[in-house]
Order: sequence, then structure tokens, then C-alpha cells
Amino acid sequence: MSTRTLEWIVERVLLLCALLSVLTTAGIIGVLAVETFAFLRVVPVLDFLTGTEWTPLFSSQKFGVLPLIAGTMLVSAIAMVVALPMGLLSAVYLSEYAPNNLRRVVKPILEILAGVPTVVYGYFALTFVTPMLQQVFPTLSGFNALSPGLVMGLMIMPLVSSLSEDAMQAVPRGLREGSYALGATRMQTALKVVVPAAFSGITAAFILAVSRAIGETMIVAIAAGQQPRLTGNPFVPIETMTAYIVQVSLGDTPQGTIEYRTIFAVGMLLFVMTFGLNLISTWLRERFREEYA
Amino acid sequence: MNVERRRPVPASLAGVTTSRRGQSPAAFDAPVKVAVDGLNFYYGTKRALDGISIQIRSNLVTALIGPSGCGKSTFLRTLNRMNDIIPDTRVEGTVLIDDQSIYESRVDVVQLRRRVGMVFQKSNPFPKSIFENVAYGLRINGLVKTRAELEGRVEESLQQAAIWEEVKDRLQESALALSGGQQQRLCIARALAIRPEILLMDEPASALDPIATQRIEELIYELKKKYTIVIVTHNMQQAARVSDQTAFFWLGRLVEFDRTDKIFTAPAEKLTEDYVTGRCG
Ligand SMILES: Nc1ncnc2c1ncn2[C@@H]1O[C@H](COP(=O)(O)OP(=O)(O)OP(=O)(O)O)[C@@H](O)[C@H]1O
Ligand SMILES: [Mg+2]
Repeated sequence: MSTRTLEWIVERVLLLCALLSVLTTAGIIGVLAVETFAFLRVVPVLDFLTGTEWTPLFSSQKFGVLPLIAGTMLVSAIAMVVALPMGLLSAVYLSEYAPNNLRRVVKPILEILAGVPTVVYGYFALTFVTPMLQQVFPTLSGFNALSPGLVMGLMIMPLVSSLSEDAMQAVPRGLREGSYALGATRMQTALKVVVPAAFSGITAAFILAVSRAIGETMIVAIAAGQQPRLTGNPFVPIETMTAYIVQVSLGDTPQGTIEYRTIFAVGMLLFVMTFGLNLISTWLRERFREEYA
Repeated sequence: MNVERRRPVPASLAGVTTSRRGQSPAAFDAPVKVAVDGLNFYYGTKRALDGISIQIRSNLVTALIGPSGCGKSTFLRTLNRMNDIIPDTRVEGTVLIDDQSIYESRVDVVQLRRRVGMVFQKSNPFPKSIFENVAYGLRINGLVKTRAELEGRVEESLQQAAIWEEVKDRLQESALALSGGQQQRLCIARALAIRPEILLMDEPASALDPIATQRIEELIYELKKKYTIVIVTHNMQQAARVSDQTAFFWLGRLVEFDRTDKIFTAPAEKLTEDYVTGRCG
């Protein structure tokens, strides 16, 4: 076989692989859309989006998705309270304080942490963090939003840290020197020059983190409970959108029923939310690239 | 340094010194502001400065000239310890400012840099508003108490840097929207705002057009009444116009240091003459 024929074959195979992933994504979106339409023919979209009760699996079916959204928001908010400040501070440390060789060691470790299977974090929340928190808060239920929220925050922190650090490293050294030359300390330089200059990159990291929290499934499915509840109380069992999808997928709900279709509608909502956030994040990062190109 | 050995004035430079704008007679016996002795500097194992000894006097403008890569910027940056932030570098020798060694461990680097201002080779305004760029140094050093005082100092600095008229109506706009020459003058204003004693300028006019360059030269001339200025330049005419003393660097060494008119009309070293007349480097 001539090298040209070989090149031709390799090229086609690679193209096929690329097409396959595009087609898969398109297929998923297609199925989501079709099933969601079928669902919305039975349940009016306004009832779905504004209803405050979610009981599709009970005999008195209610299809208000707000309790699931509230559960997702509550856990994500707790996770962000942990992940954003800690991630940003560790990024400031890594980028502005840590000696080069420490950074070279710590960054890969952070990235490994981000690769731990989330089911491990889920059981960590359920069997370690929740009992520990119950020592402090005796009213805390065995399933709750607090514990998975905190653990999810720990899980997402490395992502925030790593992406924010990249953004801060992209700030030209000249800006730091300009600040030092005016008698600024390291802390002042980091917080008043480097972080603002890396602002859009850091914001992009934050948004990606939020989108990650919203989409996170295993931790909440294991440790948050399965009780859709419109509440801001982090001590009681709740259910998130993702956990609900797991619940129905694993149960014996027959295909084609309205109960079954709920998971596609919820899935669609989830997809739209995270997709929107990822778009904003990508756009911000592009903008940042232009600023210091 | 052998100043006795006169050479005929090179023709190409005959006009240079006479073009100096009627400078006040420089006080060459002014007190020594910066005394450098036996200074070596290393990037890793690479030696960038080799046994530099020089005395820089108060309220004079000292020009540093020499071919690219000879260590002018490196030398300048040893005077406010800006090289400290480059990893894996080493300094030997002494640098005294007002008779105080600046490389002792008890020296507060932040204090030092407040006294020794710097304008960089590449202009580096912060991505903030024009006003905030100048206010930054005042704020972080706690030099002003009231908003009115802050605004006063910002205006005064912009005036001094000869950019006030161009920016007074757009102080809240981003500094990045300014032209290169305006950015460089903004950086000068920023450095002046905290009223340093010594001003280090690394090729402040390298990216500027002749008019902006002239403004900066006039500015330097104005500033030397208050400050001790060290300026790096690749432009021989500029060195001749603005400086009182000139130091010629070559491969990390200080070849010759003397009054500017001597360096340009009767240099002691053959190397200096070749360089200032453009025969090498
Ligand atoms: N950060 C650095 N790391 C390693 N070597 C450096 C660094 N900065 C400068 N050097 C080296 O030190 C020497 C002196 O550099 P320096 O920047 O002081 O020269 P310069 O006289 O200012 O040149 P130019 O006129 O081009 O600005 C050069 O050989 C340069 O390659
Ligand atoms: Mg230089």
C-alpha cells in the first residue's frame, strides 16, 4: 500500500471518529427534545416550570419542577461557598507565592483530585461527613443538602483553583513589576492587580464550577436523599434534578409513560442550564484571551 | 579612567553637544545619592553584570548607554531590587543609597521601592482607569487621607508628566485605550505620584514618536530639579541632550563613566568612541 493510500485511510478513520461524537451528541439532544415535547403535550409548560410540587411517582401526580430546581440550587450554592473562595485563594497562593517547583508538584496533584470518581465523594459525604456534622448539628437528617454540598465544594475546588491559576499566570509579568515598583506588597499586587487583570478568566472558572455543581449527580444521589422539597433548609432531605433522573432510571417505571417522560423533561432543563453556563464561560475566556494576546 | 588622553572630536558628534538645551550648569559636586561598588549580577550561572562601581549624584541625570544585552536594564533593576522577583538570580557587591546598603536583610524592600521609582522599558499601565492607575500607588502606600487630596495628587502627577491636558476629560476611561506614548507618560505620572527620590527610566521613549519623545525629554529636564534620574537610552542624541553624566556599558562591564560632554567629545576609551560614533554595537 502506498503512503498516500494509507494517509487517505487514516484521514477517513479520524473523520469518522469525529463525526461519531458529533452524531452521538446530536442524537442525545434529539431524543431529549422529542421526549420533552411528548411530555409537554400532557403537562403545560407553565405548570411544569412554576409548579411547587413534584410527585410524578405518586397516585396524585404533580409536575411542578421547582422543588427539584430548589434542591439543585441549594446544594450548588453550598458547594460554591466552599469551592469559590478556597479555589481562588489557593490559585492566588500557587500563582503569586509558591515557588516554581512547588507549583509544578501541586498542580498535577490538584488535577488528580479532580479525577477521583464522584461515587467515592458520595460515600465520603454519606458515611463520614454527615455523621461528623451530626455531632455539631444534632438536628441534621441522615440525608441532607449540607453534607453533599460541602463535599461537592471540595471536589470542585481543584477545578476552580487550576483554571483561576491559569488565568492569573496569563497576566503579563510587567503588570506585577509595575505594582511592585510602586511599593506594593505581594498581597496587594495579587489582590489589586493580578486578580482584577485576570477577572474574566476567573469568572469563567467560577461559572464552569457552577455548571459542574448543577450537573453533579453521584454525590447528591447518594447523600442528599430523594425527597423533592421546596426549601432552603440544608438540614433536611431534598432531591436534585440529577438525583431524580437517577432515581427514575434505576426504578421500574415503564417506558413510554408520563412518569418516564419526566426524566427527559428534567434532563432537557438541566442541559439548557449547564449549556448556557458553559457558553458564557467560553465567551468570557475568549474575551480574556483577547485582552492579553 | 584616563580623562587626560584627548582625541579629536568626531565630526559626527560636533553638533550633538551644542544642541543641548541651555542646561543649568550641572552640580557635579552634588552629594552622592547612589554608590555602587563591585556589583556582580547573575541570572542562574550567567553573569550579566561584572564588577560595576559607579557613583550617581543627587539631582543629576545619569544616562546609561551601550549595545543591546550589555546589562543596562539589569543594572537599573538592581537599584530598586526589582530583580528580586526573578527566580534564580544572585547579587554580589554593595549598593548604597544615602549611605545605607539596600541589600541587607533588614532592608524593607517595599520602602526602598517607594523611594526609588521606576518607569519600564515596555509601558505597563494597569488594566484600570487612567485615574486609578495614578491613584494606585497613593492608595496602597496610604499617602493620602481624603478624596480631595487624592484627586489633587493625581492631577499634579498627570500635570508633571505632561499628559493632563490630554486626559483630564476622560480620567475614568481605561488606560489601555491610550496611545503608546500616552501610556508611557501615564506610567511616568504613576511613578511620580508617590514622590520618589530617585527615578529610574528604562528607555522611556523607545516606542514614541519625535514629538512625544521631545515632551519626555523636556519632562526629564524639569524633573531633575527634584529627583535624581537614571535613564537608559539607545539614542545617543537623546543621551547627549538630557543627561549630565553618561555611563557606557559593554558586555556587563562599565567601560567608562564621565560627564556627558566628555563621553561624547573626548572619550577616554577607544571602545566608547567607537560606540558613540556608531562604528560598532
Ligand atoms: N530574566 C532573565 N533571565 C536570564 N537572562 C536574562 C534575563 N534578563 C536579561 N538576561 C540577560 O542578561 C543580559 C543583560 O540583559 P539586559 O536586559 O540587562 O540588557 P540591556 O542592556 O537592557 O539590553 P536592551 O538594550 O536590549 O534592553 C542579556 O544577555 C540577557 O540575555
Ligand atoms: Mg533593556
